[in-house]
Amino acid sequence: MMNNIIVMPMIIPLMTGIILIFLRTRVNSQRILSILSSIATIAVSLVILNRIQHEGILRLDFGGWLPPYGILFVADSFSMLLVVTTSIVTGILLIYAFSSIGKQHENMFFYPFIFFLVAGVNGSFLTGDLFNMFVCFEVMLLSSYVLITMGGRRIQLVESIKYVTINVLSSWFFLIGIAYLYGTVGTLNMAHLSVRVAEVGQGPLLTVISLMFLIVFSLKAGLLLYFWLPGSYSAPPTVVAALFGALLTKVGIYAMFRIFTLIFYHETAITHTAIGIMAILTMIGGSIGALAYNDIRKIVSYNVVIAVGFILAGLAMSSEVAFQGAIYYLIHDMIVKALLFLIAGTMIYLTGKAKIEEMSGLIRNYPMLGWLFFITMLSLTGIPPLSGFISKVFLGQGAIETGSYLLLAVAFMSGIFVLYSLLRIFLNCFWGETIISEDDDVPLKKGMLVPCVLLAIMTVAIGIGVEGLVPYVSDAARTLMNPDIYIEAVLQGNR
Amino acid sequence: METLITVLVGLLVTVAVYLLLSRNLIRVILGSAVLSHAAHLLLMTMGSGLKKGSAPLLGENAASYVDALPQALILTAIVISFAVTAFLLVLAYRTYKKTGTDDLYALRGFDDE
Amino acid sequence: MKINDVILKTVTRIVVFIILTFGVELFLSGHNNPGGGFIGGLVLSSAFVLLYLVNDIETVRKGIPFDFKKIAAIGVFLAVGSGVGSVLFGENFLTQAFGHFDLPIFGVTELSTVVLFEAGVALTVVGVVVTIILTISEDV
Repeated sequence: MMNNIIVMPMIIPLMTGIILIFLRTRVNSQRILSILSSIATIAVSLVILNRIQHEGILRLDFGGWLPPYGILFVADSFSMLLVVTTSIVTGILLIYAFSSIGKQHENMFFYPFIFFLVAGVNGSFLTGDLFNMFVCFEVMLLSSYVLITMGGRRIQLVESIKYVTINVLSSWFFLIGIAYLYGTVGTLNMAHLSVRVAEVGQGPLLTVISLMFLIVFSLKAGLLLYFWLPGSYSAPPTVVAALFGALLTKVGIYAMFRIFTLIFYHETAITHTAIGIMAILTMIGGSIGALAYNDIRKIVSYNVVIAVGFILAGLAMSSEVAFQGAIYYLIHDMIVKALLFLIAGTMIYLTGKAKIEEMSGLIRNYPMLGWLFFITMLSLTGIPPLSGFISKVFLGQGAIETGSYLLLAVAFMSGIFVLYSLLRIFLNCFWGETIISEDDDVPLKKGMLVPCVLLAIMTVAIGIGVEGLVPYVSDAARTLMNPDIYIEAVLQGNR
Repeated sequence: METLITVLVGLLVTVAVYLLLSRNLIRVILGSAVLSHAAHLLLMTMGSGLKKGSAPLLGENAASYVDALPQALILTAIVISFAVTAFLLVLAYRTYKKTGTDDLYALRGFDDE
Repeated sequence: MKINDVILKTVTRIVVFIILTFGVELFLSGHNNPGGGFIGGLVLSSAFVLLYLVNDIETVRKGIPFDFKKIAAIGVFLAVGSGVGSVLFGENFLTQAFGHFDLPIFGVTELSTVVLFEAGVALTVVGVVVTIILTISEDV
């Protein structure tokens, strides 16, 4: 069975990135190629996603080495849904980059590193063994290091030192975790790990190792250990911040879902309770941060933190309905967070200010932007027909099913804080007296508005057309709930 | 032998943590490098144990080989930590040029230019 | 500051070729014996770094007018491309092939697609290492 197609979501961006390096000075060809490659990635991912519905989970053994000996890519609905969303969001963000990032970046290998980042992200979603996940994480992180420092303003350099150091530390924990796990059960293939862990039983030793992975992915996802996140996400240019806000934490979240539903699902009293408590603290901390700051970029970054807590509350509940809610929210959040970061960045670009008290009455100058922000706000809060609604319904249902009332209360309270923190921006910046006179307002570029509109259309479309997503998401949640489906697809009996 | 190496790993981690907690940027980078070496040693001891056997190369024509997987992992990890350390060094240098200091305390604060 | 160290310069002229030869030897001894693309690449790049140390950057650039960033890119392209190549032949991604061929001078030689992959790795290492060294040293 030949499934070479499932490596394409990683190979196409990688190859594009390499070719773009040679087109360094030809900005127009860089742009055209970037868009073409994004479209190709989206198309390929959609094809794979649909194939999974007919043929079940697909896998590709690199070099024909059968699992558990070789390395492999595995595509199930969960990972492919995320790959599709990643590809679409990146494509749209690229359009924003064309009009905003500037010649200097475009000549300094900006697009190649975007594509290397995407290759790393897609690779992390698709890989079927733990060590490859480490490698893909590093590909993604190295590109993100370059992207965050590109431009070299003082604040970028200072923030990136923190960002790089903290990620070096978490990668170290990742390696240590891998070493202990390999020493204990003697395999790194995730399906095989699941079988072995189930055989020997998840004793105290394995639980400690699992907590080690919890630390690693919490650092990457910003679950409780989010202290580095707001600073690093507010330093780089808008597009890069949007890319980080939409994608990077999601990879950590994905890894956590994979590890704690596939491998370490035996001691839920310890691991999942820990995740639940951390999720609650994350949502509380994020809410406080979102209210405490006056800097738009900070408020938006803390909104990322709240979302992380919200999604992982779904993992802590650990039921099929809750998983469905979490997956809907993941998809929704990738799109809407990208939109939110873009609008915030555009506001800063237009006014030259970052503090909310320094802006006022922007809706008179830029009505379209104002209403886009309004839609974003409603979508993030979970008002029906928008995409945030369905996930909140499922998550609430899951919480009631499993009796996690505290999680439910905090999750829904955090929604109110999200609304309040964004309303603060809306009321302060868009309403009120117009400061900027009609003559000297900076014109809003079409290239900046179009991607925002596209993302807004997506959030509305997902909200209204959620029926179309149902089969994929329920299949993904079913696979997460029943690790045997995944194991059977990967090992096919040769355990 | 495994015990000895494990103790060595512990020692390296101690050194690394000490370096990481210092104020000097270069020391922090050195700390991260030492830290990754500790991880590589640990991978080797945890992986196959330090069993006797030939290096996993066909040209050796030996009767028994050691487990190749940890070695592959370590090589990959070394390459990655090499890249990250190099990047950190360049970053530290750029930061020094821009701010005129390599003292992490002096780099605190969010004031934007 | 212009370094003018006659002994170092004279020795380098010879040693660089020894290092380069050793690098190629390591690279070719390849996948069945100790050696390979990564180590070979490191040794090769150490020769370049030595050249940069002894002569100044401008002089070396005149002699070796390559953009090392592009060399790294070519390397990654080769490495990934050798994987994609197997897809074109309907095999799994990254499948390698080898065979024995009767070549005019070498006699029966084992040729393998792994060499392409390794060459990619070696070029990447050379490109990246030299780029890093140049980035740090360029604006002193």
